[in-house]
Amino acid sequence: MQTIEKESAAGVNWQLKGSFLLNPELRQKALEVLDNTPFPTTKTEAWKYTRVAKIKNSNLSVQENPVPLTGNFGLSTDSIQYVFVNGHFSEHLSSKSYPEGLKILALSQMDEAEVRVLGGNVLLDGEVFSSINTAYATDGIYVHVSAKMQIEPIIEIIQINTEKNVLSNLRHVLVGEAFSEVQFIQRSISVNGSDNFTNVISEIHVGKNAKLTIDKLQEEHESCFQISTELVSQHQDSNFTINTFTLNGLLVRNNLTIEVDGQNCETHLNGAYILNGNQHVDNHTVVDHKVANCESNELYKGVIDGKATAVFNGKVYVRKDAQKINAFQSNANVLLSDDATINSKPELEIYADDVKCSHGSTTGQLDEEAVFYLRARGLSEASARQLMVGAFIEDVIQKIDNEPIVDRIHTILKERFNWVIE
Amino acid sequence: MLKITNLHASIDGKEILKGLNLEVKAGEIHAIMGPNGAGKSTLASVLAGREEYEITEGSVDFDGTDLLEMATEDRAREGLFLAFQYPVEIPGVSNVNFLRTALNEIREYRGESSISAKDFMALVKEKSAIVELDAKLASRSVNEGFSGGEKKRNEIFQMAMLDPKLAILDETDSGLDIDALRIVANGVNTLKSDKNATIVITHYQRLLDYIVPDFVHVLYDGRIVKSGPKELALELEEKGYDWIKAEFAH
Repeated sequence: MQTIEKESAAGVNWQLKGSFLLNPELRQKALEVLDNTPFPTTKTEAWKYTRVAKIKNSNLSVQENPVPLTGNFGLSTDSIQYVFVNGHFSEHLSSKSYPEGLKILALSQMDEAEVRVLGGNVLLDGEVFSSINTAYATDGIYVHVSAKMQIEPIIEIIQINTEKNVLSNLRHVLVGEAFSEVQFIQRSISVNGSDNFTNVISEIHVGKNAKLTIDKLQEEHESCFQISTELVSQHQDSNFTINTFTLNGLLVRNNLTIEVDGQNCETHLNGAYILNGNQHVDNHTVVDHKVANCESNELYKGVIDGKATAVFNGKVYVRKDAQKINAFQSNANVLLSDDATINSKPELEIYADDVKCSHGSTTGQLDEEAVFYLRARGLSEASARQLMVGAFIEDVIQKIDNEPIVDRIHTILKERFNWVIE
Repeated sequence: MLKITNLHASIDGKEILKGLNLEVKAGEIHAIMGPNGAGKSTLASVLAGREEYEITEGSVDFDGTDLLEMATEDRAREGLFLAFQYPVEIPGVSNVNFLRTALNEIREYRGESSISAKDFMALVKEKSAIVELDAKLASRSVNEGFSGGEKKRNEIFQMAMLDPKLAILDETDSGLDIDALRIVANGVNTLKSDKNATIVITHYQRLLDYIVPDFVHVLYDGRIVKSGPKELALELEEKGYDWIKAEFAH
């Protein structure tokens, strides 16, 4: 029998020159993984419905030097803004001052010794994209909120891509110490950029009794790729919320892993994906309840039109002895065309016996009887459909507390999909 | 206002309406009665523009326009209103929001400017009172969790908001208790004027005690086989539909 040697990820035809920030030993380990691991295929369980060949076969290159860019890219006027352009920190687009109790720096601004200790928690074995990120990260943000500090302004992390075929590897570290409170917006946009690939990893630490919220808004150009990985560890009595809105991009994959490592935690994961054309969006989430007396809520909703495809894979683990866990998970989808596809797989793995868990997945089309009813009252067919789709998605949008984000989402829905949501 | 001539309609290849004629003038109330399966709801559906039905013959003139050529929404914008036999629940879509959109699209169609939020809310208040619909109910999701009676009152509330030229009430009395029936009928009577007209489709005479028709038509086997004054309804109530069936069966 002939063995077919699989092409290792290291053999990819990308331009990967430049200076990279993370600890050299860690980078070395990542490069070894790339030497030994092929890109995932649809035979790889975690990538069953998402083909990354398009990314692999792109002529991507790392941008060695930052490009100049001017403009104002924040959503809020009173936020702290940290801007990255094609993987490089843009000092002149970013805020210069920030409140007491907050340490905020780009990795490229930090001492080598400080950077050396970062990044070691990310699993590399078998993980091509995490290894690429670790080996080739050009920048990222480091945020440290001191204990008991409540940070009033929102911190906006703005990831911009310009030009074409650029690979940006960003590595963020967000730390909320005990009893602190902080809110982030992580937003990815294209400014005259196309066919780019943003590969971003965020390590997030939510300390005892801390509250940390992330509103993640993905609106890169419809030719762009993004793989976004969040690794969250939650400690006792903490509260973590992440709202993921995917409104554009050709191929977007979100890997969200939350380890709930302390009792009395609250975890909220909400997401909406609204797709058209040939878009593909894949949300993989893992909530790992390791200890007792916690609650997690997950609500993801999708509206899929054209030939777009979406994947939802939500896993909830409840470990042995993690009693009194309330874990709820729901994924609902509306398919607006015959060619739209959703692969939805909610999963529960429960090893404790005194828990309250539920999961559910629904997929359907718009209720045509309702469309007719609205039209019979004088609404155009388009208005009737918009109103119904808007109503469907609006309850996820309502999970967001930040007005500027909500406004931005409504603007995109209007501009890109011609939906008006009241 | 409405002139239906020799209307034939079928669904899935089965002919339901077989040459129906009906003329309705402004200021009139017409009742259409008939046994189950006669084609009453088909008539309402065809007039409202349900696409499942195929019109094979005949014409419908609505105030000088060819109704059958128009999309459902344009029929509504021209002033046709259908009160559904089974009003649809639409979770997440608020009753008043959708009505404001509907009202504004109708106004735009007619070349009128859109209604201000203040005027709209005043209109909601005024019209919801006609059918004793709680203002809270008016702003909830369309029909979601409404009782049968509330749904029918909501239909008449919407009718009041849209102020149609011709209202078709499809079995509006079904599922109503006597109090709800009286409220709904009272709403319809309040909205009546010499400029508009109403077609009441019903199986039972009961509703016609409250909404008094000028004409009663008996629909049987896809045609109007008998027309007469309001007393005809009482005769039908007394004798049932069997004598009609016996007379017109073929």
